[in-house]
Amino acid sequence: MNIFANILGKLSLDAIPHEMVTLGAGIGMTLGALGLVALVTYLKRWTWLWREWITSLDPKRIGVMYIIVAVVMMLRGFADVIMMRLQQATSVGNSHGVFTADTFQQVFSAHGTIMIFFVAMGLMFGIMNLVIPLQIGARDVAFPFLNSVSFWLFFAGMIIINLPMILGEFSAAGWLAYPPLSEIQFSPGVGVDYWIWSLQLSGIGSLLSGINFIVTILKMRAPGMTLMKMPVFSWSVLISMIMVIFAFPILTVTLTLLYLDRTMGMHFFTAGDGGNMMMYINLIWAWGHPEVYILVLPAFGIFSEVVATFSRKRLFGYRSMIWALSAIAFFSFIVWLHHFFTMGAGAHVNAFFGIMTMVIGIPTGVKIFNWLFTMFRGRIKFNSPMIWFMGFVFLFTLGGMTGVMLAVPGIDYQVHNSLFLVAHFHTMIISGVVFGFFAGLTYWFPKVFGFTLHEGLGKIAAWLWSIGFVLAFGPLFVLGLMGATRRLDHYVDPSWQPLFIVAGVGAAIIGLGVTCQLLQLFISVRQRKQHLDTTGDPWNGRTLEWSTVSPAPFYNYAVIPTVTHRDEFWEMKRAKASNVEPQYVDIHLPKNTGAGIIIACFAFLVGFAAVWHIPWLAIIGTVGAIIVTIRRLTTDDTEYTITADEIRILEQQHVKGHTA
Amino acid sequence: MTSTHLTAKQSTNENTLLGFWLYLMTDCILFGSLFATYIVLHNNTFGGPGGDKLFDMPAILVETLLLLTSSFTCGLAMLAVRQRNVRHTLLWFGFTFILGAIFLAMELTEFRHLVLEGNSWQRSGFLSAFFTLVGTHGLHITIGLLWLGVMGWQLWKRGFTNNTVRRLTVFSMFWHFLDIIWIFIFTFVYLMGDLQL
Repeated sequence: MNIFANILGKLSLDAIPHEMVTLGAGIGMTLGALGLVALVTYLKRWTWLWREWITSLDPKRIGVMYIIVAVVMMLRGFADVIMMRLQQATSVGNSHGVFTADTFQQVFSAHGTIMIFFVAMGLMFGIMNLVIPLQIGARDVAFPFLNSVSFWLFFAGMIIINLPMILGEFSAAGWLAYPPLSEIQFSPGVGVDYWIWSLQLSGIGSLLSGINFIVTILKMRAPGMTLMKMPVFSWSVLISMIMVIFAFPILTVTLTLLYLDRTMGMHFFTAGDGGNMMMYINLIWAWGHPEVYILVLPAFGIFSEVVATFSRKRLFGYRSMIWALSAIAFFSFIVWLHHFFTMGAGAHVNAFFGIMTMVIGIPTGVKIFNWLFTMFRGRIKFNSPMIWFMGFVFLFTLGGMTGVMLAVPGIDYQVHNSLFLVAHFHTMIISGVVFGFFAGLTYWFPKVFGFTLHEGLGKIAAWLWSIGFVLAFGPLFVLGLMGATRRLDHYVDPSWQPLFIVAGVGAAIIGLGVTCQLLQLFISVRQRKQHLDTTGDPWNGRTLEWSTVSPAPFYNYAVIPTVTHRDEFWEMKRAKASNVEPQYVDIHLPKNTGAGIIIACFAFLVGFAAVWHIPWLAIIGTVGAIIVTIRRLTTDDTEYTITADEIRILEQQHVKGHTA
Repeated sequence: MTSTHLTAKQSTNENTLLGFWLYLMTDCILFGSLFATYIVLHNNTFGGPGGDKLFDMPAILVETLLLLTSSFTCGLAMLAVRQRNVRHTLLWFGFTFILGAIFLAMELTEFRHLVLEGNSWQRSGFLSAFFTLVGTHGLHITIGLLWLGVMGWQLWKRGFTNNTVRRLTVFSMFWHFLDIIWIFIFTFVYLMGDLQL
């Protein structure tokens, strides 16, 4: 046993969870994964999976994989929601609810981490990968291989955050793991280390994606597309990615320092020995506050596309939209202290950050009015993306107002760490980010898969989400003002219980919305023949991506278009394109490679070894990752060519396929 | 834009250079965060010795000169790359490698002395921040040396191709960047530490 103890670090049979809930979830997850493996084996699809998906460098494929992971993780995060609502609806007075305090803490920590890093970020990078190259008239991203590495690092992080269900335990220190609670002294288990390494790997993936998409947008736009002719979604992504490269290095450092504290006995954030725990809070929010804007700006971009398309009007105030995006990005870096006014930095500091926080409301308001003015006197079609938008405008504006309240340090002292805050940021993230990404998924789905999603179920889902949302978080605003703090696994005041029950009902209604969406996907795939998008332009779109066929071919455009207008495709349709035979040229595209997933596998080993303190495995992981990286980076032969003739044949097949 | 192979190559080069500049900016912020942490913690010696008692300034000065010289030889190597002279390129990059390796060895010796004297990273918040900031720079130097080794081997085997020239250009940006970071470490950590600022 002793030898094994040394070889396997902290890992032993004791690591298997004892808590029934965790054990059940772990067994369920393992069986699910094994079932999936068995299914692929039974269908003999491994080669296909490897060739067409895992090693693919096509951003559309990578985007789809991001979205699949994000959707699965959303179900996991939603399971956490049900557990939390169940606990808080029942755990009052003498009753102590369904779960132990420790399980409850792990559940809310996992919920926050998963929803931000693996759902919201996953959906964002997924949609970016699907849309950005198409929208700017490019065939690929600037660094296709780096894109694959980013995705697989994200995937490795996702595996690490789900491992605690079968090995060890997850962090019980909340989604941002504040010290000193997250220090080794108070969290001696492996939970916080799982949290650190899961975020570290996916965070590095995000950072690399940030660089990749900035270069893509700055360098690979179609000829004629000046920055001020670029669609607003691409603008929002550009600004969001600039924020990524400013913010994510701070996260990388912060996580590393916390890990050094826990493992090497350093004293960055410890309570004694010269550590300064408020330094951690400052660092994590210097990343964390921009992070929420990183998520919401692309959602704003999506809404800008959706509103203009379904209002049949040019977007109102394009220039002011861009300026508003830039202003939000700038201000988002000088407001982080509003997350801890109660640190007591002094009246002047708090006043500065309070005022800056309120100032952010101005560019955001500009955007809201621009969308409304776009709709004004437009011929609006209420397709499901517009229903998501209507839910967003209403809820986001209300949530924004609670944000302005929280920006007043005096009020914040009252409601700091209360359910009022929890309700506020859920309003911003669910109605802003999540509704935005759902609208975007519905909107661009036909461009990727060649058929539209079932509209009826989509509309019902949007309504259920909106109504469920009000019921789930309305009570939390009230409870927060009544003095309920966040993260309570038990409370004594029975007058709170009805409100918690209403919140539970709201969550259940959101659950119905999620069910509708799954049903929508299922039925749409079944009925895809009826919903085929034969024109490539199902919504009467305005931007370039609608000018190519649906599903977009792997080379996106047979001939790269030349852009002369902001709403290029809208103008093309009005100008009635002349019937000149297109001039095809040879296309160079990157070859598929397995190096991305192999590097991520080694990175996963490093993360796993770091969590369980297994030095030899960490060395294998590091050396392996370095060798594969060097081999890939010294390879010269990474591209293949499709000749102009092959393109001509493929294009003719597209035309035939649609007329048949 | 990729209508002919030549423009495809050019755009790869341009993309890589811009991408690497962006990466260097992220690295700048990474070091910025570490500097901020160091500045917040540098007086938190927790009863232990401060920088003025620990730093061996003559050795640090030698380290600094070595690293600055290595940047100079790296520049000379890039001039040789421009003239497509393999022998001179390898010669100057060889000097860069040796100077970098001596720098790294001296840094590790300094760390070893500190630890042996009982002033390891576990001693105080100040020393944690010191070891992490300077060590992160050292880790970058290590990666740079590994990179340089691989590039030397590639240059030997393949000579000057579009790819090797691009990779060497990017490497030289990395190496000069590390030099700049070191100037800040020399100033904020060692000089100001020695003067008890």
